[in-house]
Amino acid sequence: MSDLLAARSQMAVSLMFHILFAIAGMAMPLLMVAAEAWWRRTGDPVYLDLTRRWARGTAILFAVGAVSGTVLSFELGLLWPRFMQHAGAVIGMPFSLEGFAFFAEAIFLGIYLYGWQAVPPRAHLAAGVVVALAGALSAIFVVSANGWMNTPAGFDRDAGGRFVHVDPLAAMLNPAAGPEALHMVLAAYAAVGFAVAGIHAGALLRRPGDRFHRAALALALLLGGPAALLQPLSGDALGVMVGARQPVKLAAMEGQWKTEAGAPLRLGGLPDLAAGTTRGAIEIPGGLSLLAYHDRHAVVRGLDAVPRADRPNVLLVHLAFQIMVACGALLAALAVAAGVTAWRQRGVPDRPWLLRCLVAGAPLGIIAIESGWTVTELGRQPWIIQGVMRTADAVTPMPGLGATFAAITAVYLALGAIVVYLLRLHVLSTIAPASSGRVGSS
Amino acid sequence: MPALADTAGLAIFLSLIAYGLTGGADLGGGAWELLASGPRAAPQRRQIAHSLGPIWEANHIWLVLAVVLLFTAFPPAFARIGTVLHLPLLLALLGIVARGAAFSFRAYGHPEGESERPWSRLFAAASLLTPVLLGVVVGAIAAGQARPPGAAADFLASWVGPFPFAVGLFALVLFAFLAAVYLAHDARYAPGEGAGAGLEDAGRAALSEDFRRRALGSGLLLAPLSGGVLAVAGWQAPRLLHELTRTPWSWALHGVTAVCALTALAALIWRRLRLARAAAAGQVALILGGWALAQYPFLVPPDLTLADTAAPASTLRLLLGTLAAGALLLLPAFFYLFRVFGRFRRFQGERGGQDGGGAAR
Repeated sequence: MSDLLAARSQMAVSLMFHILFAIAGMAMPLLMVAAEAWWRRTGDPVYLDLTRRWARGTAILFAVGAVSGTVLSFELGLLWPRFMQHAGAVIGMPFSLEGFAFFAEAIFLGIYLYGWQAVPPRAHLAAGVVVALAGALSAIFVVSANGWMNTPAGFDRDAGGRFVHVDPLAAMLNPAAGPEALHMVLAAYAAVGFAVAGIHAGALLRRPGDRFHRAALALALLLGGPAALLQPLSGDALGVMVGARQPVKLAAMEGQWKTEAGAPLRLGGLPDLAAGTTRGAIEIPGGLSLLAYHDRHAVVRGLDAVPRADRPNVLLVHLAFQIMVACGALLAALAVAAGVTAWRQRGVPDRPWLLRCLVAGAPLGIIAIESGWTVTELGRQPWIIQGVMRTADAVTPMPGLGATFAAITAVYLALGAIVVYLLRLHVLSTIAPASSGRVGSS
Repeated sequence: MPALADTAGLAIFLSLIAYGLTGGADLGGGAWELLASGPRAAPQRRQIAHSLGPIWEANHIWLVLAVVLLFTAFPPAFARIGTVLHLPLLLALLGIVARGAAFSFRAYGHPEGESERPWSRLFAAASLLTPVLLGVVVGAIAAGQARPPGAAADFLASWVGPFPFAVGLFALVLFAFLAAVYLAHDARYAPGEGAGAGLEDAGRAALSEDFRRRALGSGLLLAPLSGGVLAVAGWQAPRLLHELTRTPWSWALHGVTAVCALTALAALIWRRLRLARAAAAGQVALILGGWALAQYPFLVPPDLTLADTAAPASTLRLLLGTLAAGALLLLPAFFYLFRVFGRFRRFQGERGGQDGGGAAR
């Protein structure tokens, strides 16, 4: 394994691990606050129980996310020092703001967890709202930094290649920032909403009619369902932006090898790198032109527009994109099914067939997020800053990165095993006892 | 420009002090967790978990803040440190991850059973890596060893040596001392659900005594260790030693540090635990201050100064403005959090440490 590939792999492992906790930090507090608000309104103890369980889940995930986030802040310099040397002054700003958002999250989560008896009810609920907002803001700031790598803005370069006339605000508000952030926040709500819904759907299959799990399922679906239905719209905005700013990435996502007018939309298929075509896809004529440029006959630039050395790994990017779209479509379908069932039942949709589908669909949103980030990051290669700096020029000169990659991976595997163990304990203790008389016994 | 750069440097330094006083004590607590012994070994571990648990997540924000400020305000310095000191920083991170894992087990697993498991101990042991290696990083930077790498061997030569490891050992004992002082105080005044629940006043006092003895032992050990660090500096980093001793202010600073150290020890002997806590914290902050002043105006000696490596003024102004605004917003919230902790603990005390945790956790 080359040092560059080792560094990229280490960054990928760290990010793919951390993103799970970042999305939990965005969505779990929202669920927890919704349950508490409902409890304060109705006085129904089931919702108090639910609030406490979700708060504990949030705390576990936050503790691990704080650690993996700390590791990431260092890895920017450990793996990509030359990138940070030039980019730090330009995009350090959103990272600093993210630091503050994380700070707020930690403080108000502390107030929330330890303040049940110590602060007035409204302040307690408000603390939970701040945690949810700060989680979303954290993601928006970090994603805006990623957006800058895709659509760099807010600086000029002098003859020596140095970054001058730095405008950190313009950098933060780069063209990709908005669509990417919206897509990420909705993805987090959809993924966590359906993951939580799947857990409680499984419990309801074992104990039909359990009030605790019905309440949990309803709130989780209310979060995940609308997000899954709105996600295609934000995906469209993002796709149009990518088409305009990163045509090569779009071509890789779609397996579009030749520049052509009226390009088809390909569903599935395998890009054949040697022959330069994509085989076995279902093609919708003019579909890609329509999606990317909102015009059936628009010219779509293919991979042939740039030399081979400037192309990303078409096979992986295309497949990852197909997986993301498929998972997203399935989640949207689940949302519709749950919505229709709820409307017909005039209540919590708990028909066994639907519950089984929800259990099966629990991991879909998380798979979609991991593959979506694969598209974003691999699709930008060979650039670390699109069109400005190559990833190969950004990597640390330190030799032997394969060994550090192996060490970090081993540590993350161990940490992952611990998280799974703790969450399993937590979920099992939530599912195990009967729902009555359980309040306060957590 | 220099004023902006200096202010940004000061902000980084302050967040490092905050990390030392919070996260450093947490890491030092890992040492006592490992060394828990005697008839009260289990209550000792519970007290450590209880004192450090509630704010553990928030501690790391200070380190993250320092890192983020460094790469925004002084990108070339960050790039240099990340490149040359890659290995000790990576090892320090592994320790942070291990400590996080150990903490999560304690807080969210089955608290009674998990602490006794061998792998939980293993994580506590691994977390000792972090204070040593953070000290190694500081030592390597202070001694001017973080020079641009020429050959592969430089990635080891930059930090493997007597001086960085002398500083690493000093950092470990310093943070263990700080942790023991905090713990002696908390065992007496803020026992909480974990340790205080099963213990009468006498048991609580005995637990506090355990930590007080540990604080005294490690505090006394600091005296020969700091002498040793200075001796190694004279041999390995003469320029640093010169900077540390060249001006009247540096002697004044060392004097105040020594007064803090002696006050902390005396307060421990006389069981004035609140005073001991304040003096020990002051001692740690002043030691870090001595390091910072000895290097000034260099960020990474011998070649990178604050002014040379500073980001453009547009970035620095925005960054410092954001820092000020963020501090105005968050500091009140931070103090509110500590008041909430205080009430939470009192509430638990009134209820005999019973279900209070159940409501919150």
